[in-house]
Order: sequence, then structure tokens, then C-alpha cells
Amino acid sequence: MLKARILENKLSSLYKAGKIVGGVYLGKGQEAISGSLGAALVQGKDCFAPLIRDQAGRTAFGESLLDCTRTYLGSVEGPMKGRDGNIHRGRPEMGMPAMISHLGAQVPLIAGMLFAKRLKGTLEGCVGATSVGDGATSTGAFHEGLNLAAVEKLPMVVVVANNQFAYSTPNTRQFACADLAERAKGYGIAGFSVDGTDLLECAKVVRKAVKRAREGGGPQMIVANLLRLSGHGEHDDGSYVPSNAKAGHYGRDCVEVATQQMVDGGYATVDEILAWQEEMAAEVQKAVAQAQQEAAPDPYKEDWTALSTKFPFIPS
Amino acid sequence: MSVTYIDAIREAQEKLLREDDRVFLYGQDIASFGGAFKATKGLADAFPNRVFDCPISEDAMIGLAVGAAIEGMRPIIEMQFADFSSVAFNQIVNQAATHFYRTGMPIPITVRLPSGGTPGSGPFHSQSMEGIYAQYPGLVVVTPATVSDAYHMLIDSVKLDDPVLYCEHKFLYRWLKSKSINGDYLPIGQARIARPGKHATVVTYSAMVHEAVRAADRLQADGWEIEVVDLRSVKPLDLDTVLASVARTGRLLALGEAFPWGGVTSEIVSRVTEEGFHLLDAPPQRLNARDTPVPYHPKLWAAHRPTPESICEALRKLLSF
Repeated sequence: MLKARILENKLSSLYKAGKIVGGVYLGKGQEAISGSLGAALVQGKDCFAPLIRDQAGRTAFGESLLDCTRTYLGSVEGPMKGRDGNIHRGRPEMGMPAMISHLGAQVPLIAGMLFAKRLKGTLEGCVGATSVGDGATSTGAFHEGLNLAAVEKLPMVVVVANNQFAYSTPNTRQFACADLAERAKGYGIAGFSVDGTDLLECAKVVRKAVKRAREGGGPQMIVANLLRLSGHGEHDDGSYVPSNAKAGHYGRDCVEVATQQMVDGGYATVDEILAWQEEMAAEVQKAVAQAQQEAAPDPYKEDWTALSTKFPFIPS
Repeated sequence: MSVTYIDAIREAQEKLLREDDRVFLYGQDIASFGGAFKATKGLADAFPNRVFDCPISEDAMIGLAVGAAIEGMRPIIEMQFADFSSVAFNQIVNQAATHFYRTGMPIPITVRLPSGGTPGSGPFHSQSMEGIYAQYPGLVVVTPATVSDAYHMLIDSVKLDDPVLYCEHKFLYRWLKSKSINGDYLPIGQARIARPGKHATVVTYSAMVHEAVRAADRLQADGWEIEVVDLRSVKPLDLDTVLASVARTGRLLALGEAFPWGGVTSEIVSRVTEEGFHLLDAPPQRLNARDTPVPYHPKLWAAHRPTPESICEALRKLLSF
């Protein structure tokens, strides 16, 4: 989560300096829950469909920093080759599909990856996970996907980062239930609520849910309550977030909370954490520098085809 | 012994399930019930754990298929009616269709769309969606008009590495029969001359091929020889065969059952005009369904879609120039 924060601060600076075209979308305030999810999954075995604010989860799952910087900076060497940008990136072959912007759409997609593993006989001990925000819980895709996963009894974990705002729309205009986790009951799946600003709590709840799914307990939904500590994207100052929300419990910074938890629990000293930060900042700087030196896509070399098949198609 | 169009669809799925472990079927009422049109009759028994009933969740059905394809499977999704694929539109055009371009990994899913009108089916069980899907990059859209094409094009659709919208016409299900499932095989991407002629070309696809042939037979009595081109797939579009036919006849009627605004017939007219303007002896014509929802009552329905009568009328106008 620390690396994600350092990387995203850098991305924000690059955007403000005009070095990134399009948008920059940060996971500020969501690193504890996102990182906990990524860390609980095993790359090569599990699958994970991250969403807009999952830099921490991506890094913990094993995405390279270069995949991020190359996609944001439009390098042709990146996984999307400049054909898509920013958080719309992934490596489906390593179990991390590339998100589309339509919310809730990755829920049935992950269900499908797990369903295929079941048909192939490789599902045993695997988990699939995806993240959504409070806004995505209002979509038909979220409902259809979660219900389907429940019907198929798939080992799936869905994390709802309830950051209280879908772009500028507050929860009061998004849903009318007291706690989104209560919805789990309606789907016949397990549901958990957790304080998304508390890393130790997040890690505990996520690990429990992942374990339950892995052991055949079916889909699990985790609602992490927190506050988005940035705008929707870096083009947005988030001025609609009321100051009492920022001053409240969920307005605290999960990275600061986690740092304190590390020190208090004797996991690391302040000096060690500072050294990590320095090391990570250098790593981020290197990934940015490399991506900046690489070529942009060339419209004259682009093959401009959206199909892999050549026609007329004669099957082999 | 004869084979119907729906038999061919069933047989193709049976063959695919038998020969390729990566194939599975997912759809509403398709397992023990055998599907609303019985296109999967007996397949769940023959292939346990390969044919699944699913919730009424068209979006999630396609989402699941894309996820399964990422994992190396070749799912066939049955939409109970093409009309309901509007609920799955996002997953089809944004998830499946963009995947290869964005990530380099193709998505071999086949979505069966029971398409087109039948008497009494009304606005929500009669639609022809091929033009809408063909508009999006990254999708293949096939529209078989014969028993043999229904069989071979479904097999080839599943073998193909990209997402395919397989538009099967409900009117042809039991009405269209053939002595054999094996006709003159052509690959996807190649059109067929369904009926040779020299005075005008009708370019069409799916059930309208048969209506066009009927109209052509009627006009033969007046001495007109009408050529009918069956596109077979609307995307890719075999413009070479279309242009070659127009070169022979000098006259073009683009015929389709879909709504008239834009769509496949517009695409044909605009491409022929652009690339074969010098071949045309008369203004190219279009004939489509009317610009209203597909009506319920058989009398209204029969006048909503093109018929041999309206096709003859359009051809007479075309031949009058």
C-alpha cells in the first residue's frame, strides 16, 4: 500500500505537469482494503479483476510498476500498447483481466474464469476476486453477476469499497439500505463489514473471506467503509465532499493508520519505514523514467484490426 | 429423411461438444428442458456438466462466457431470443468486442441469437440485431440462410478465435428442410450466389434469401432474370462477390428484415456506390422492415417485413430505370 501511495503521488504530479493524457484515478484512502485483497491472493493460481482504485491490490497481486507507468504514459511497450490507458490495463493471461469502464461488469467475468476452472478440473483451492465501489452496487451487472456466482457456488470474493461518493454522488442518492453488507443475505452469500481505514482489520477480514471461499464456502462479499481521499480523478478537486466527512473517523488516512500500527505492533520501526519509502520512491522513479524514454505507438505501424481471424476463415 | 434448420443447429452443437472439451453451453432453459426452441434437446443428458441452465441474467451470461474464454474455454451462449441480447449489450460490445484489440488475447465465444419475426411474436420476440452488432469493431456477425450453413457456420463460428454473433432465423427453424446437412460448403467471409440472374442483383441474408428467391421466381414469368446474393455473414462483408454480381447486372436491391434506419442494407448500398458507382445502371434501392416496432398481429406483421410482393415491387421499380 505504501508503494501504491508513492506511485500514485508521482502519477498525480505527472498529470498536473501535463505528462499524462486522459485521466489519473487514485486509490488514496483505499490502499488498506485493496492491498489486503491483493496480498491474500496467489498469482498463478487465483484471479483478480481490479477496478479503478486498486493500485495497492494490483501491486500486491504482482503487477509490475512498469505495467502501470507504461500504460499511463502511453508507451508502446506496455500491456495495452497505447490502445487503452491509465487503470484500464491488465494481463488476462496472468489471471488479472483488464477492466472496462462499465461498473459491475467484472463481477460475472471473474465468475466465468472460476466456472472455466471448474470445468477444466483446476478449481480446487482457487479463489477469484474483484473490487467495486458503492456506485457499482447500483448496477444490473453487479446484481446479475453476484447472483450468478451464488447460484454457481463459485469461490469468489467481491470487495465493495464504500468510499461514500460515486464521482460526486453521495450514498444517500445511491442506495437506501443501512449497510451494504446486508445485501449479501439476499444473495445467499456471506457478507462482512470492515473499517476500511484500519489495515489490520482489513487484512483479517479479507484473509478470512478468502479462506472461506477457498475452502468451498461460496461467494463472499466484503464492504469496506472508508472515504475517498482524492477527487474522482485528478481533474476533480472533490470539493463536494463535506468537511465533516473529512474530519470524521473515515476521513483518516489508512496509510498513516497502518504506519502507526506497524510501529505500535513492533512490526517495523519508523526508520525502517522511512527507508522503505526511499527505496520505493527510487523504484517508482525508475519505472517512470523508463516508460518516459520508450516510444509512443506509431499510427503507421498499427495494424488497425480488432479481430484476430483472417477471412475467409478456413478452420484447420 | 430430411434435416431442418434447427436440427442442424442441434447437430452442430452435439458435434462440437463431442469433439472439443473446451466447448460448453450456457443459457436459459437449455439443459433438461432442451431450450425454448429445442436447439439443445438431449444434449444435457449426452454431455453431463457441459450444458447448463442459467439465471435470467443476459449481462452475466456473456460476462461469464468472456471470463471462461480467457481461461481457454469455447462457450456457446444461447440467448433465448435475440431481442434479449440488448440486456447483454454492454458485455458484448465493450467486454468481448474490445478484448483482443486492447489486450492481444482473442475471446472465442459464440452467442446464438434466435432472430427475426414469426407470426404473433410481437415487438420483443422478433428483432433482427445483426446491424447493431456489426457496427462494433471486434465482432463477427453471421446470418445463415440454409440448413447446411446453419450447421457448418455454427461449427466454424466456435472454431474461430473471435466473438461471433450467430444470428439464426426462427422462421427457418422448422420451415426450412434439406435432404442433407452437407451442402456446398463455403468458409465464413464468403458470400454465395443463391440464384443466378442477369438483370438485377438482390443482396440479402438469412430468411430474406428465401423471400428474394420467391420474388425472383415470380419475375421470371415476365422474363426477368434476377440474381440473389446470400451474404452468409454480414461481418465480414464479402464485397467482392457483391460487386461482381452488380457488374453483371448493373442494378442493386439491398434487402433485409431489420429496421430501416442504417444497418446492413445501408452499408451495402454505400459500399457499392463508393466502389462500384461505374457499374450501376440505376439508383441502388433498399428494402427493409418498416420503421415501427415489430407488430404482434399476423396481418400487421406480414406487412411490416419485406414480402415476395413488396420485393417484386421494389425490383420492378429498379428495373424501370
